[in-house]
Amino acid sequence: MIWKGWPELGFDRHSRRYSRITWLLFAGCYLSLVGCRQESKTGGLATTNNVESIRIGEFSSLTGPLAGLGQYTHMGVQLALEEINAAGGLEGRPFEVLAEDTGSKAGTAAPLVRKLIARDHVVALIGEGASGRCLEGAYVAQGAGIPLVSPAATDPQVTAVGDCIFRVCYTDPFQGTVMAKFAREQLKAKRIGLLVDASSSYSVGLVDFFKKRLLADGGEVAGEQRYNAGDKDFRAQLTALKATHPEAIFAPCYFGDAGLILRQARELGLTTPMLGGDGWEAPELVEIAGLAAEGALFPVHFSVSSTVESSRHFVEQFTQRFHKPPTGVSALGYDTMKLIADSIRRAGSTDKTAVREALRSTKNWTGVTGVLTLDEERNARKPATIVRVEQGRLVFVTIVEP
Amino acid sequence: MTELLQQVINGLSMGAIYALIALGYTMVYGVLRFINFAHSDVFMLGAFVAYYTARAFGRWGFVMGGYLGGIAILLLSMTACAVVGIVIERLAYRPLRRRSTLTVLITAIGVSLLLQNGGQLVFGVNPKAFPDIFPSSTLNLGGLVINSNQLVVLGVAIALLSALHWIVQHTRIGTAMRAVSFNATAASLVGIDTNRIISFTFGMGSALAGAGGVLYAMNYPSIEPLMGNSPGLKAFIAAVLGGIGSLPGAALGGMLLGFVETGVSGTRWSTFRDAIAFAILIGILLFRPAGLLGRNRVEKV
Repeated sequence: MIWKGWPELGFDRHSRRYSRITWLLFAGCYLSLVGCRQESKTGGLATTNNVESIRIGEFSSLTGPLAGLGQYTHMGVQLALEEINAAGGLEGRPFEVLAEDTGSKAGTAAPLVRKLIARDHVVALIGEGASGRCLEGAYVAQGAGIPLVSPAATDPQVTAVGDCIFRVCYTDPFQGTVMAKFAREQLKAKRIGLLVDASSSYSVGLVDFFKKRLLADGGEVAGEQRYNAGDKDFRAQLTALKATHPEAIFAPCYFGDAGLILRQARELGLTTPMLGGDGWEAPELVEIAGLAAEGALFPVHFSVSSTVESSRHFVEQFTQRFHKPPTGVSALGYDTMKLIADSIRRAGSTDKTAVREALRSTKNWTGVTGVLTLDEERNARKPATIVRVEQGRLVFVTIVEP
Repeated sequence: MTELLQQVINGLSMGAIYALIALGYTMVYGVLRFINFAHSDVFMLGAFVAYYTARAFGRWGFVMGGYLGGIAILLLSMTACAVVGIVIERLAYRPLRRRSTLTVLITAIGVSLLLQNGGQLVFGVNPKAFPDIFPSSTLNLGGLVINSNQLVVLGVAIALLSALHWIVQHTRIGTAMRAVSFNATAASLVGIDTNRIISFTFGMGSALAGAGGVLYAMNYPSIEPLMGNSPGLKAFIAAVLGGIGSLPGAALGGMLLGFVETGVSGTRWSTFRDAIAFAILIGILLFRPAGLLGRNRVEKV
């Protein structure tokens, strides 16, 4: 292509004003900034008095395909924050959460975490719920020695980064193993088809551990199909899987993909039980898949229909505040914020080493997702609940202890 | 055999949507010689207009899920997109008519960003479940399973392609469009109002994108403001593959891409799907730089 002269960007030679295109670009940039930035309010105590707030950094997928995950987690964090501050914060010092958006994109987390630590001087970090980006942020947090707690990153590698990285959920090996065990023992399925999001460490991880357990229990893999993040069409993969006649299909992914997978599987006439991971849990799963969601099975961290007092209270408060019921990640986000606040209180200071040591010594801490103990690998030990979709609702199936 | 036939059907419904979007790229390129990157966001708007119309229809008590209601929603969102397309052209591209192509190209990226991020502000960032606007049922032909939505997608796409062909080849305004595409200066010398033709082209391309958005959402009923990115890029490849500026080329390129993608996805090479699509594009550009059906243009110096 031959350009006719240089593109006239910026200062316009003739009119001595910014050209219209520059304004348009400005407008575009401005909107993308506005779209990305989502400030969290310090609920309850206002910071008008001269008390310095305790800053906690949060990075999560507030926009993009995983926005549901990030938004629900963020709402949980926000509810916990408001409750803590309404109760006086830490001896009168309010907490403040600085939320940053990774846009569901790989490669965005590290710079955001660097910014939160270097410029905002956060005391602790609430990590991304998606394993891949949590891992990116974890290396930065570990390097700076700032404790990071992830609400929902289930990949084992995340906490293996170092002694500053914690999580309040169970891990992929546990989830994958539980689902394989469930498929073999309860569903009596032998030949199982696998559908993997090859670009997500979460999906790949779950399938790896599922396969290991399945083969050890005398099952076999009927077929394995792969896709990439952002795909909306799974018909080709599902058609190929259908040709192998599986007795069940395991497709761990996030709910957006899962809704479409369930729908397209039923449209193609696949009637086998569909199994997923904790990423399937969201109201959108049923909204997108409709009737095709019936009978879907997956593990959850928290059952909204739980009868435990603290859990019921949480569901009530959440529904009142946000006008919709919480999901599992909201409960995990809530617990993460409460655990961090409690650890800072136990540490008696906002010193990063003291906070880290307090987090490490967490034992039998009661959150809304259950009683939690952080082990030497800084992972939460707690049971998994398996649910089934029946008439658009999640119905309890069984509970699996660690 | 059944599996192969099933994949062919999957490929057809995918390719038809790519073809619809690709036509918009190619039409705008035909008259203005630049790539309208905001096209994929008009596609997104089409899906959202249909989403909100369907909800409003439901609230006002219209009977939902009939063919008539579905066609009404489709036409409404095509009209809305045509208006948006014309407004974008009027506000963002017309003032830059005499500037270099690169300037307009960057503006197009700006408009695209504006629509995407504006969409996130207005519609929210969470994926929304797209309702069934056409009656949905599953036909079973001896192991071969066809969803009625896939047939609707194909039917609508073929109808729109024929209508477009008729407009371009057999009407006055179509002749004027071809004249502008051939030589804009000469066209204006013989009395064609080029601005009006360009507006019309944008309107028509955007209406097709809107229809593509609705059909895409019917097939993959989860919509969000960034949903245009991936199909938009694919349709752009399809347009280049078929020969940018050529209408039959865009349709052919779209279909071809749909088939290749589905074909690759069904094998164990599924993660190389995009790589293979791009490799084909590179191959064709190496041997036929103007695309499959494009004409070679001699650059005048």
